[in-house]
Amino acid sequence: MSTPAIELSHVTKIYRRYGGRQFATLKSALLQRSILKDLQASETFPALQDVSFSVPHGCTYGVIGRNGSGKSTALKLVAGITKPTEGTVRVDGRISALIELGAGFHPEISGRENVFINGIMLGLTKKEIEQRFDEIVEFAELQEFIDAPVKTYSSGMYMRLGFAVAIHVDPDVLLVDEVLAVGDEGFTHKCLDKFAEFRRRGKTILLVTHSLGLVERFCDEALWLEDGRAQGHGDPKRIVGAYLTAVEKGEDTLLATTTARAVAAVNAAPPEPPPPAKPETAQPEGELRNMFEAVEGRWGSREIEITAVTLIDHHAQPSFVFHSGDPMSIRLTVVAHSPATDFVFGVSLFNVDGVCCYGTNTFIEQMDPLRFEGEANITFAIESLDLVEGTYKLDVAVHNCDGYPYDYHRQLYTFRVKSRVPDAGIYRPRHHWTFEGAVTFKSTAKADV
Amino acid sequence: MLSNLARLVRYRGLIQSLVARELKARYRGSVLGFLWSFINPLLLLLIYTFVFTKIIPNRNELAQPYAVFMFCGILPWNWFSSSLMEASGSLVSGGNLIKKVLFPAEILPLVSVLANMVHFFLGLTILIAFLIYYQHWPDLAGLFWFPVVVLIQLIFTSAMSLFLAALTVHYRDIRDLLSNLLMFWFFATPIIYPWQDENVKIYRWVFQMNPFTHLAVSYQEILFFRGPVGQASWLLGLGAGSMLLFFATYWFFDRLRDSFAEAV
Repeated sequence: MSTPAIELSHVTKIYRRYGGRQFATLKSALLQRSILKDLQASETFPALQDVSFSVPHGCTYGVIGRNGSGKSTALKLVAGITKPTEGTVRVDGRISALIELGAGFHPEISGRENVFINGIMLGLTKKEIEQRFDEIVEFAELQEFIDAPVKTYSSGMYMRLGFAVAIHVDPDVLLVDEVLAVGDEGFTHKCLDKFAEFRRRGKTILLVTHSLGLVERFCDEALWLEDGRAQGHGDPKRIVGAYLTAVEKGEDTLLATTTARAVAAVNAAPPEPPPPAKPETAQPEGELRNMFEAVEGRWGSREIEITAVTLIDHHAQPSFVFHSGDPMSIRLTVVAHSPATDFVFGVSLFNVDGVCCYGTNTFIEQMDPLRFEGEANITFAIESLDLVEGTYKLDVAVHNCDGYPYDYHRQLYTFRVKSRVPDAGIYRPRHHWTFEGAVTFKSTAKADV
Repeated sequence: MLSNLARLVRYRGLIQSLVARELKARYRGSVLGFLWSFINPLLLLLIYTFVFTKIIPNRNELAQPYAVFMFCGILPWNWFSSSLMEASGSLVSGGNLIKKVLFPAEILPLVSVLANMVHFFLGLTILIAFLIYYQHWPDLAGLFWFPVVVLIQLIFTSAMSLFLAALTVHYRDIRDLLSNLLMFWFFATPIIYPWQDENVKIYRWVFQMNPFTHLAVSYQEILFFRGPVGQASWLLGLGAGSMLLFFATYWFFDRLRDSFAEAV
């Protein structure tokens, strides 16, 4: 327990780009006798910067982070495939890396022969492989096909065999890079069981994954990498939470710019619907007139104008990311350029497929318009946003009772609903389960959703 | 570097199975399979025999039967040139392995050399069959030298392979350069003409600069010409030189090792 199984201290990895050295350089390299010197970097890219962490023996350690945050680089450094530019990497015990499954397979020869060669490559002896051979084949569920050439395998079979070999190397330290997506449900469970067995036997696992649920359920500790830097490590629940918040913030910014761009695009177009489209404007005006087409756009006479649309979360802050079940308010700022007596305010929500999830307006809800002049703030408050996870678009409109549009904003506003439960459909009714009789679940089951 | 060399010994099981795989995979799916290793040199030898006895008979009395003489040089040359060609591309085509699996990269070029050595041995059986057919018995004392020549060629070829493989990772033009260079090298080596020829003697010192001359001539002296192995001292010198070259190129390979995973 004294020495950690994996220890990285102040590790920096800088990838070099060998760009612009494609032609005629061998000649110059030879002439100037600078072959070795010429292999120096022309451009550099830091994949990891000053990352330190240590994994004690028997610990399951999760590494999370966005694409390109350096997770796989960290794993390769631990595996010893690449060397750190600065800092030290120390690993105690035999490593097996589930990085690229079946990387060493030769397509022309049989699965059986490939198991042997792959096993030797991963550090087993012939005898050890012979002992484990049946187990490997059974685990990969390939008994019938083990003597067929690997080129005839489906990609799933290929991966399963690769996984089976790698996991039977019986390492002290197992490195796993996002490989649980290799089979059907049954196989995935088998892999998880195998990991659990590893844990029980006190082996160390370093897990790189985007599956945050797996990290929370499985890992003793987690590390969050962001742009090659360690953003935090410790309790997986806390790290995953912090990571999710950051991701949401990122998404929020992204959605804000998407929305801003959509609004800017339609505002750049001339406000009146009928005039023939000016060729130099980017907005395809002709298409916008059909209000049943799910094309984003804005049209209407603008006698009454919607000047701003804001989505408000439960902290009363403008936001673009909401949690399923949280309250959401849609606030419209509307200006009547002349006093109006015939007006209807409406909103509707669409999912990405263009399906209207909900739509209503003041006319349907039997509010008789009387008079509206000047500027007004209108808030449409949803007490509980009972939608499943996904991206949604919003229509807001002001028109008269006959449907003549004053200002119609078609799918200009995008927001995202997040959920910790991967349920299906569109609508998530408030629900709970009741079990009468002898039905029990493990305590990890989530109580209320 | 020395510890890396020692590690190579630990990986001999892997080298062995990779060579076996290479040989198996080459003929997998063909009907005649492994027989091709015999058929290829056999057909080559038959063609040479026909061309050089019937079409353009080679009258050089030093080298009769000419086809057999030529074959003594071509077999080791093929081992050498195929090894270099395959080895130079081995790191690039095996890039998947280098990037994803932890194992010493020098195994790949060495496997190319060894797999081609096996082919050389298989081709040798055809040569022996023809020597028997022509009743052309080599000197028994000379045969003692045979394993020595093979060993020296192995070391020399391995050294060259390591160098070329490492360099090809960074300069892909090596492959094209190499095929042309090998063509030139082939004609600069006394393989299709005997070393004792009057015309060759004039340029003897030039030929002696070519390391493969000593290998080719030694094979011919052992297997074809009756008489003592006149190249012995040159050969041993080449052996020593090859060892030095091997260490030098291994050092070079070791220097570049860390760049492979990123550059392939």
